[in-house]
Amino acid sequence: MFAEYSTSDLLSIFAMQGVAGLILFSVFVLMALGLAIIFGQMGVINMAHGEFMILGAYVTYLTSHVFSTYLPSLFSFYFILAMILAFIAAGALGALVEWAIIRHLYNRPLDTLLATWGLSLILQQTYRSIFGAREVGVTLPDWLMGSVHLSETIELPINGLFVMLLALGISTAVGILMYRSRWGIQVRAVVQNRPMAGAVGINTAKVDRITFALGCGIAGVAGSAFTMIGSTGPTSGQLYIVDTFLVVVFGGATSLLGTIASAFSISQAQSTMEFFMSGSMAKVLTLLFVVLILMLRPQGLFTLKVRR
Amino acid sequence: MSYQGIASLFPKKEISGFVVLAVLLILVLPLTLDIFRLNLIGKYLTYAFVAIGLVLCWGYGGILSLGQGVFFGLGGYLMAMFLKLEASDPITTKIQSTPGIPDFMDWNQITELPFFWKPFYSLPFTIAAIIILPSIIAYIVGAAMFKRRVGGVYFAIITQAVAAILTILIIGQQGYTGGVNGMTDLRTLLGWDIRTDHAKYILYYFCVFMLFMCLFAAQFVRKSKFGRLLVAMRDKEDRVRFSGYDVSNFKIFVFCLGAVFASIGGAMFTLQVGFMSPTLVGIVPSIEMVIFCAVGGRMSIIGAVYGALLVNWAKSSLSESFPELWLFALGGLFIGVVMAFPNGIAGLYSTYAAPKIDQWIANLKSPKKNLIESKKADETEKPFAKSANKTETTIPSLTQGVLHE
Amino acid sequence: MKTLFFNGTIPESASAKKHSLAKSLSWKTCLLTLAASFAFSAAHAADSVNTTGLAVTDKTVKVGILHSATGTMAISETGSIQAEKLAIEQINAMGGVLGRKIEFIQEDGASDWPTFAEKSKKLLVNDKVAAVFGCWTSASRKAVLPVFEQYNGMLYYPTFYEGLEQSPNVIYTGQEATQQILAGIDWVTSAKGAKTFYLLGSDYIWPRTSNKIARKHIEMKGLKVVGEEYYPLGHTQFNSVINKIKLTKPDVIFASVVGGSNVAFYKQLKAAGIDMTKEKPLLLTISVTEDEVLGIGGENMQGAFASMKYFQSLTNDNNKKFVEAFKARWGKDVVIGDVTQAAYLGAWLWKAAVEKAGSFDIDKVRAASPGIELKTAPEGYVKVHPNHHLWSKTRIGHARPDGQYDVIFETKDLIEPNPFPKGYQ
Repeated sequence: MFAEYSTSDLLSIFAMQGVAGLILFSVFVLMALGLAIIFGQMGVINMAHGEFMILGAYVTYLTSHVFSTYLPSLFSFYFILAMILAFIAAGALGALVEWAIIRHLYNRPLDTLLATWGLSLILQQTYRSIFGAREVGVTLPDWLMGSVHLSETIELPINGLFVMLLALGISTAVGILMYRSRWGIQVRAVVQNRPMAGAVGINTAKVDRITFALGCGIAGVAGSAFTMIGSTGPTSGQLYIVDTFLVVVFGGATSLLGTIASAFSISQAQSTMEFFMSGSMAKVLTLLFVVLILMLRPQGLFTLKVRR
Repeated sequence: MSYQGIASLFPKKEISGFVVLAVLLILVLPLTLDIFRLNLIGKYLTYAFVAIGLVLCWGYGGILSLGQGVFFGLGGYLMAMFLKLEASDPITTKIQSTPGIPDFMDWNQITELPFFWKPFYSLPFTIAAIIILPSIIAYIVGAAMFKRRVGGVYFAIITQAVAAILTILIIGQQGYTGGVNGMTDLRTLLGWDIRTDHAKYILYYFCVFMLFMCLFAAQFVRKSKFGRLLVAMRDKEDRVRFSGYDVSNFKIFVFCLGAVFASIGGAMFTLQVGFMSPTLVGIVPSIEMVIFCAVGGRMSIIGAVYGALLVNWAKSSLSESFPELWLFALGGLFIGVVMAFPNGIAGLYSTYAAPKIDQWIANLKSPKKNLIESKKADETEKPFAKSANKTETTIPSLTQGVLHE
Repeated sequence: MKTLFFNGTIPESASAKKHSLAKSLSWKTCLLTLAASFAFSAAHAADSVNTTGLAVTDKTVKVGILHSATGTMAISETGSIQAEKLAIEQINAMGGVLGRKIEFIQEDGASDWPTFAEKSKKLLVNDKVAAVFGCWTSASRKAVLPVFEQYNGMLYYPTFYEGLEQSPNVIYTGQEATQQILAGIDWVTSAKGAKTFYLLGSDYIWPRTSNKIARKHIEMKGLKVVGEEYYPLGHTQFNSVINKIKLTKPDVIFASVVGGSNVAFYKQLKAAGIDMTKEKPLLLTISVTEDEVLGIGGENMQGAFASMKYFQSLTNDNNKKFVEAFKARWGKDVVIGDVTQAAYLGAWLWKAAVEKAGSFDIDKVRAASPGIELKTAPEGYVKVHPNHHLWSKTRIGHARPDGQYDVIFETKDLIEPNPFPKGYQ
């Protein structure tokens, strides 16, 4: 396996694959954070998570369109605004969905799975009716293109760097929200014991709605960021859903740290294997590996110890 | 089985359901539809096999598998392997660089039939494999999960990942599996052309026959002590465990049974449609199969058959006239069936239609007493329907994400 | 039951009609109409232009359009649907085929191969269409092929594909693999002096077969393939393969990535610092038409080369008229890719074959098809080969930032289609 490469080659392989793995890691974190909040904290299986991401991507597309038509001078900054708008749009839709569907199904998690799958189909067809079946191309501002030249073989793509920083920023923000804010305390209280939390005066319905909206909003931001590296089409969201759920479950659903750790291990495993075998086989082996570990350790990497 | 045994297997209230379904499938549909539509019905019925298995696993056992496509696909592919070998005799494939092997292998520079294909020259082996292989896989997945008391949501996600793995594997190993194209152009079964109209009729009836075999098997499970234990387990797993039962073995068994049903369905699909492809294996078809079961009613095996027929019929006719509306309709169906009528068609029937029918029958029998009787029927039937809802179809408790309570 | 009301000569058509009518009519009216419609069609069964009971009247002829309007493939197949409808409308405006207006029945394959098989059977058995224009992926074609052969239909298939097939019931209006690939590789070696190649594709039969042919051809020239790689359909992370490309430093990346993966691949390629305009390495694609560039973004595709038979920017008069008509019909922002043009050819080739045969009968149309010429084809001039593929030129396009290709090379002669290439299998 290694014989055909020289030592210096191997070094740069690992360095390059490390960078590739880090980018993949950031992508996984962005995908999984929103879901980890919704699934891990609320126990709701949101199969429409991918469609919330694509909503963010379409919002970005629209924003870039508006800027290039009306405000070409400010075009280089549109991306920041687009991400904020994506957060708001996806979050608002999330709150609406929570109100209309999810809140009726809190004690039936498998039914939320079916209902949100139905929702994802409806959203897909809505996107198709509005934006057409074809993928749309999102034009990036110049400063997001190109790469930082580190050595002969190692280059750091700027959009990759941007995704990494974004992942870091959002995880930190979510961490602070969950563990340092009053709202975070309430969320965790509701997760651990819903009736008791209600009894001490926490408005559990409101906490649920905000949590769900926040999870969807983060999905929207992730989708917005993914326009830099992936495709934006009505069905693109489905590409992410299996990976995302595996990351969350593998990490131990209730732990944010677990989600990050599992995103790291899965992404590194996959990107290293991809170098030495075909992409298809690397994917199969990674998934198989995760499934096997989950069979041996069903609670995932990290678990929250709760007395039930 | 003694007469009493059969009688207890089919209580009076339920036997009418089987009879109506049998009349519909054996007489009404073949007489009113042309062979093209009947063949489509046959195709839809193959999904009903999966839905029946899901009723047992999900409705009764409380375990939702999002990977039933794996077993459907296994059955279909195993059958297709046999048919493909028969269709690739050296004479019909003489244009290939290696005659006598399936065409897709030849396209992928495979010059010799792989060893694991060779037993599929034998029909008995193929049939045995269709039953046994899915059981083994279901046993491995089930044993690993249920022995560790993983259930609910986690099980659903892991089975989903298994479906993803199998799809990528089938597509990636196209020299052995036909890849994205699947195995196409299947022609004969032991020399008998399966593509003629005549053969389609026979295959349809064979499919209906197998469906009833599976229905009877499912009914037997439902009515046995095991079926009642399943319900008990779904509603209060710990209590069953503390009563001295090995809960995980029951779950493994019912999951294997569902897998075998799905696999038989897959084999019937291949026979009737004439090919097998990875689009029937992955996550999307697996979840759609769950909706067949949910629409029919997750507690009713007969309902599952109607669910599969109805959803697929709607899909065909809606997508013929309004392709854009189809996804909206399907999506709405998912949401509606979960929120508005969680017991599906069977639930609607038993709450609204059944009491009226009973009353009508009672009226026919004894027109004199009809006033008193109908009131009584109303009183006795409705509480029954309600209590049925309570004992058998309580949704909240059956799905709690059980990890380690 | 079926032959109760009729003499039984065409039970299929009777039962088929029965169903479609039964939808909207009551049973009794249905029977009456049936009898009437049968008498009507029986009068035409003897008609010389239609001896096999196809859906042909004195004024109209029915054909089928079978593509995915929904699902993942809708992205690609929309253009083909538009082209086929345009061709049919133009033919009707010119007076139709043998004096009959073409009516089309559109069916949705929904990106699902069993559905394609089901719908093709409906078109052939229930609707009795005289020809079907449709299918896009190889998988959908493979799924419908047994149906077309069993019920003797005629399919016009527009996509460039892997070859290894030659059905009497299909006319392949796109290029088969050798037509597209060999000329491309010859050009890149002679014009650009390329010596080493990296083959990259999505993981299914077309890229694998194409790369097999490419590899054989490259090695026969004494040149080298330094890597070959496949990713699952829909894969979105290409950083690993980009690293491998950087490490092996090929002269040419030979890409046959399809669908949504394309967008991810080209964006990440650019982000990783591989500037295709510098041609180090240069990129030669056989899968990215103008349609796909729309999603990828012209600025990400700039500098790449594509090897195909048609580009929207072709300057001949036929193409100018075609592009103008297409835009007038479907909006000024649409783009036209290789497959869209091939789909447009289908209806015209069918018309020419029917008129040469003087009949709509499938067997006669098939017999008349080899040698059919089309001098008005947007791509120039095409001719049907006895093996049911088209003679065509192969061109090299150079991607511009606006999403169009400049045609910088075309083969001098038409290339003979060779679906079973000896030495390349």
